[in-house]
Amino acid sequence: MSQRLIHSIVVSGLVLLLSGCHLDMYDQPKNPPLTSNAFSSDSSSARPLPEGVVARGHARTDELLYTGKTQGKFSVFFPFPVTERVLRRGQDRFNTFCSPCHGRLGDGNGMIVQRGFPRPRSFHNDTLRAEPPGYYFDVITNGFGRMYSYAASVKPEDRWAIIAYIRALQLSRRVPVETLSPDERALLIRNNP
Amino acid sequence: MKVVSRASIVAFLLVLALLVWVGSSIYRAGYTTGVGVPREQPIPFSHEHHVSGLGISCEYCHVSVTEASFAGIPPTYTCMTCHSQIWNTSPMLAAVRTSAATGKPLTWIRVHDLPDFTYFNHSIHVNKGVGCETCHGPVDRMPLTWRVNTLFMSWCLECHRAPEKFIRPREEVFTMNWKAAGTEEGKELVKKYGIAVQQLSDCSICHR
Ligand code: HEC
Ligand code: HEC
Ligand code: HEC
Ligand code: HEC
Ligand code: HEC
Ligand code: HEC
Repeated sequence: MSQRLIHSIVVSGLVLLLSGCHLDMYDQPKNPPLTSNAFSSDSSSARPLPEGVVARGHARTDELLYTGKTQGKFSVFFPFPVTERVLRRGQDRFNTFCSPCHGRLGDGNGMIVQRGFPRPRSFHNDTLRAEPPGYYFDVITNGFGRMYSYAASVKPEDRWAIIAYIRALQLSRRVPVETLSPDERALLIRNNP
Repeated sequence: MKVVSRASIVAFLLVLALLVWVGSSIYRAGYTTGVGVPREQPIPFSHEHHVSGLGISCEYCHVSVTEASFAGIPPTYTCMTCHSQIWNTSPMLAAVRTSAATGKPLTWIRVHDLPDFTYFNHSIHVNKGVGCETCHGPVDRMPLTWRVNTLFMSWCLECHRAPEKFIRPREEVFTMNWKAAGTEEGKELVKKYGIAVQQLSDCSICHR
C-alpha cells in the first residue's frame, strides 16, 4: 500500500517536472514581425509587395498629395489647409527626423553635421526660400545628393506638415518689427536684451 | 517499518519542495530572465551614444512605436542615412555596409521576447501615457541594451491593476528620468485618457 503511494508520488513528481519543460507554445510555428525565416532569400519574415501590387486602401491616385506635383510641376500649394494642428505635428516630425542634420532652426548646423556629416544649405537662404513646397516634398520623398530618402519613415501627410513648419521657420527670420503687436514686441525685447 | 516509510514520504516531499524552490529561484534570477544582463550584439550599437550623445529621438529609429503593435527595429537603410557619410570606413560598422550592399538584413539579438501566446501592443501603451522608461528603463544610458523588467505576467498585472501609479502625460512618454508629481495626477490622467482599469486584468486582454 505505502509502496504504491510512494510510487505514485514519485511518478507524478517526475511528470510534473517533465511537463514544466514544454516550450512549444512559447515559440509557435508562426512568423511574428521582426523574425527570421529560412524560407525567403533574404532570410526575413517580412515580405516586400510584389512589383505592381497595390494593397487595399493604398491606391495613390492623388498626384499632389503623394508626389508634390501638379501636371508634372512642383506645386506651390499644399494639398490641405495648414492649421495650428498641422504646424505642431510638423514641428514634432521636423525635430525628430530633420533636426539631427538641419538643426532645430533649419540653418544646417545639426548635431550630426557637427560630427562630420556634409553641411546642407540653410533653409533661410534666398534660393531655398523661393522654392515651392512641392520641391521640399520631392527632396523628402526621393532624397537629394548625399541626403537619403525619408519616404519610409515619414508619411506623406507628415511630409506636408514638416514643409509647413519649415515655411514657418523661414517666415520667422524676416518679420518686420513694425508688424508685431505691442505684446509680441515686448516679448522680443525681453528675450533679446 | 511504518515509521521508515512515513519518514521517507516526508523526506521526499521536502526534497520536492526544495527542488521547486531552487527551480523557481533559478527561473527568477537575472541569469535566466536576462534582467540586467547587457546583450552582446553583432554590431556594438550604443543607445547611450546615439540618444544621449547625439540627441537622436527614439522615433527616428523605432518609427512605428506610436502606431503599431511593435516598435520596430531600424532597417540597415536607417543606419546608412548617417553612416554612408560618417564613420563610413570604421571596421565596427563593416557589417552594416555589407548588409546595405547585399540587401541581407542585419540580425539583432532580441533583448525582449514575450512568449507567443501573449498579445502585446506598443501603440495603446504609448498613447495612454506609459513611458518607454517605465518598461525599458534608462535606455539612453545603455552602451549595450539590457532588460530592466522580467516581463512576467505578474509584472504586467502590477501595472494593469493600478495604472495610476505609473502613468504620465502623453507628451512625456519619450522622456527619460521623468519624475511623477504624485498619484493624484496619475488618477486624473487615468480618467482623462478613459482607461478602463476594471477590465485590464481580464485574461482575454493578453491571451487572445
Ligand atoms: C543625415 C542628415 C540629414 C537629415 C536627417 C536630413 N537631411 Fe536634408 N539634407 C542633408 C544634406 C547633407 C543635404 C545636402 C545634400 C547634398 O548637397 O548632397 C540635404 C538637403 C536637403 C534639402 C535640399 C536643400 C538644397 O540645397 O536644395 C532639403 C529641402 C532638405 N534636405 C530637407 C530635409 C528634410 C525636410 C528633412 C527631414 C525629413 C531632412 N532634410 C533630413 C542632410 C540631412
Ligand atoms: C540610431 C537608432 C536608434 C535610436 C535613436 C534608438 N534606438 Fe533603440 N534600438 C536600435 C537598434 C539598432 C536596436 C537593436 C540592438 C539592441 O538591442 O541594442 C535597438 C533596440 C532597442 C530595444 C531592445 C529591443 C529588443 O531587442 O527587445 C529597446 C527597448 C529600445 N531599442 C528602446 C529605445 C528607446 C526607448 C529609444 C529612445 C530613448 C531608442 N531605443 C532609440 C536603434 C535605435
Ligand atoms: C542620425 C545619425 C545616425 C544614425 C541614424 C545612426 N548613427 Fe551610428 N553614429 C552616428 C555618429 C555621429 C557617430 C559617431 C559619434 C561621434 O563622433 O562621437 C556614430 C557612431 C556609431 C558607432 C561607433 C561606436 C560608437 O558608438 O561610438 C556604431 C557601431 C554605430 N554608430 C552604429 C550604428 C547603427 C548600427 C545604426 C543603425 C541602427 C546607427 N549607428 C545609426 C550617427 C548615427
Ligand atoms: C507597457 C510596457 C512597454 C512600454 C511602455 C514600451 N515597451 Fe517596448 N516592449 C515591451 C515589451 C513587453 C516588448 C517585447 C514584445 C514582444 O516580445 O513581443 C517590447 C519590445 C520593444 C522593442 C523590440 C521590438 C518590438 O517591437 O518588439 C523595441 C525596439 C521597443 N520595445 C521600444 C520601445 C520604445 C521606443 C518605447 C517608448 C516609445 C517602448 N518600447 C515602450 C514593453 C513596453
Ligand atoms: C506601466 C503600466 C503597464 C504595464 C507594465 C503594462 N501595461 Fe498593458 N496597458 C497599460 C495601460 C494604461 C493600458 C491602456 C488601457 C486602456 O486604454 O483601457 C494597457 C493596455 C494593454 C492592452 C490593450 C488592452 C485593450 O483594451 O486592447 C494589452 C493587450 C496590454 N496592455 C498588454 C500588456 C502586457 C502583455 C504587458 C506585460 C508584458 C503589459 N500590458 C504591461 C499599462 C501597462
Ligand atoms: C496584462 C497581461 C496579462 C493578463 C491580463 C493575463 N496574463 Fe497570463 N501571461 C501574461 C504574460 C506576459 C505571460 C508570460 C510570462 C510569464 O510566463 O509570466 C503569461 C503567462 C501565462 C500562463 C503561462 C505561465 C507559464 O509559466 O507557462 C498562464 C497559464 C496564464 N498566463 C494564464 C492567465 C490567466 C488564467 C489569466 C486571467 C486570470 C491571465 N493569464 C491574465 C500576461 C497576462
